[in-house]
Amino acid sequence: MERAEIESKFTELLVSELGLDADKINPGARFEEDLEVDSLGVVELLMALEDEFDVTIPDEEAENLTTVGEAIDLVVAKLA
Amino acid sequence: MARHDRRVVVTGLGTVNPLGADVESSWAAARSGVSGVGPITAFDVSETVTKIAAEIPNFDPHDYLEKKDARRLDRYTQFFVASTSQALEDAGLDYRGDDEAATEVGAIVGAGLGGMHSFIEGLDTLRERGAARVNPLTITKLIPNMAAGYASIEFNLQGPTNCTVTACAASANAIGDAAEMIRRGIVDVMVAGGSEAVIVEFAVAAFNSSKALSTRNEEPTRASRPFDAGRDGFVMGEGAATLILEDRDHALARGATIYAEVVGYGMSSDAYHVTLPRPGGAGQARAMTMALKDAGLEGSDIDYINAHGTSTPANDRTETAAIKTALGDEAASTVAISSTKSMTGHLLGGAGALEAMLSVLAIRDGVAPPTINYDEPDPDCDLDYVPNVERPMEIRHAMSNSFGFGGHNVALIFSAPEA
Repeated sequence: MERAEIESKFTELLVSELGLDADKINPGARFEEDLEVDSLGVVELLMALEDEFDVTIPDEEAENLTTVGEAIDLVVAKLA
Repeated sequence: MARHDRRVVVTGLGTVNPLGADVESSWAAARSGVSGVGPITAFDVSETVTKIAAEIPNFDPHDYLEKKDARRLDRYTQFFVASTSQALEDAGLDYRGDDEAATEVGAIVGAGLGGMHSFIEGLDTLRERGAARVNPLTITKLIPNMAAGYASIEFNLQGPTNCTVTACAASANAIGDAAEMIRRGIVDVMVAGGSEAVIVEFAVAAFNSSKALSTRNEEPTRASRPFDAGRDGFVMGEGAATLILEDRDHALARGATIYAEVVGYGMSSDAYHVTLPRPGGAGQARAMTMALKDAGLEGSDIDYINAHGTSTPANDRTETAAIKTALGDEAASTVAISSTKSMTGHLLGGAGALEAMLSVLAIRDGVAPPTINYDEPDPDCDLDYVPNVERPMEIRHAMSNSFGFGGHNVALIFSAPEA
C-alpha cells in the first residue's frame, strides 16, 4: 500500500471513527493539542487502525504517538 | 437560610419524547390526545412478543452536539442534553464561561437502566470479536449517571450533581431531591429531570418475560390504555425531560417567568415485591400523604393528578385505591386524574420528569390532558380519568405520581405561582 493511500485512509478513519473535522487533519497535527483527541480517543483510533490495516500495535508503541504523521509512519513501517 | 424557608419554583422546561421534539409541540399533542405509539423500528421484532413502542422518530443528536461529542454518548444521554439545552434556554440561564455562577447550579438526573444501547453493543463486540475490541468508551456510555455527568460538562454545572436510579420513579426522585437542595439553601438553581432510551431487543424481551408489556401489536395506538378494563400491560417509550428548579427569590430578582411552584415531595417504599405493588396501595398512598403534608395541603386541595397509570392491570387498580386512601373518598371522587402514558408510552426513568412537566403545563394553561383509549370502565378503577378528551379547568394544585420496580413510591405536588 502506498503511503498516500495510507494517509488518505487514515484521514477517513479520523473523520468516521472519531468525528473529527477533515480540514484540521494534517501530518503535523498533534492528537491532544490540535485535534482534541484524549487518551480514550487514541485507544479508539488504534483499534480502528488495527482493523483497517490488519496490523497489531502494542501499547508500548502507541504510547509514543503524538502526531498524525507519527501514527502514519508507524502503520507504514508495520506494512513494509 | 433555614430549611424550608426557601421556596422552589419551576422556571424552565425542555423535552424530547414520542409526542414531540420540544415542549410546546409535545404539550399540544398531549392536549389533543395523540398517541406516540407505533410499530418498533429500532430492531427486528421477529423474535419478540411485543412489537410496538413509543419511539422518538428521527432524533438527531447533532442538533445539540458536535459530531465528535455525540458519538461518545449513549442515546439516553443525547436525549438529556437536548432537553436540558431547551430548558436552560427557556429559563434564560447559561453558565458556560461563567465559572463563578456555575458553582451555584447543580443537576440531579434520573435514569432507570442507563445506556442500554451501548451495553448491548459492547457485549455484541465482546462475543463476536473478542475482549480486545471492546470500545474504550463503553463504560462511560452505559453508566446511568452519565446524563447528569455529561450535562454538568456540557452546560458547566459545577454545583451538586447526582443520579437517581429508582426505576420508573427515578426522575420524580430527581426533581424532589433537586428541590430539596434549593430548599436547604445549598444552591440557587438545579437542573432536574430524567432520561431513558431502552427500546432494544434485549429489554423488550426481558420486560416481555416479566409479563409487563402490552402485546396489542395489531393496534399500536390503542395499546396503552390506563384504567381501561381492556388494559394488558405498559408500552415502552423513550425520551427525556428537564425542569429548571430555582429559588423563588432568585427567580423573582432576575425577572424569570415562573411556571409553577414545587410545594410537596413524598416518598415511601412498599417493602413487598420486586415488581408488584402492595395490594391495596398503602405504600403509594403514604407517598401521596407525605407530599400533601409537605405542601401543607389537604387531599381536597388537589385539582389534578397526573397518575403513574402504566396500563398494567395491577398498577392502575392499586393506584386508584391509593388515591382514595390518600385524598379521602370524597376528594378522590372529584379530582381529575389522567395518565399521559396513554399517549407517551412509559418512559421508565424519564417518566416522572416528563409527567411533572405536563403537570406544570396543565397548571399554566388550566387544562387537564386526557387519558386516551379509555373505552370500557373497570369496576376496580372507578374514578374520573379525564377520558379521551382534554378538560379545561382551573388547576391550582397538581400531583404527579411515579412508582418504580422495587416498590419505590414518589409523589410530587406543584402549585400555580403566586400572583
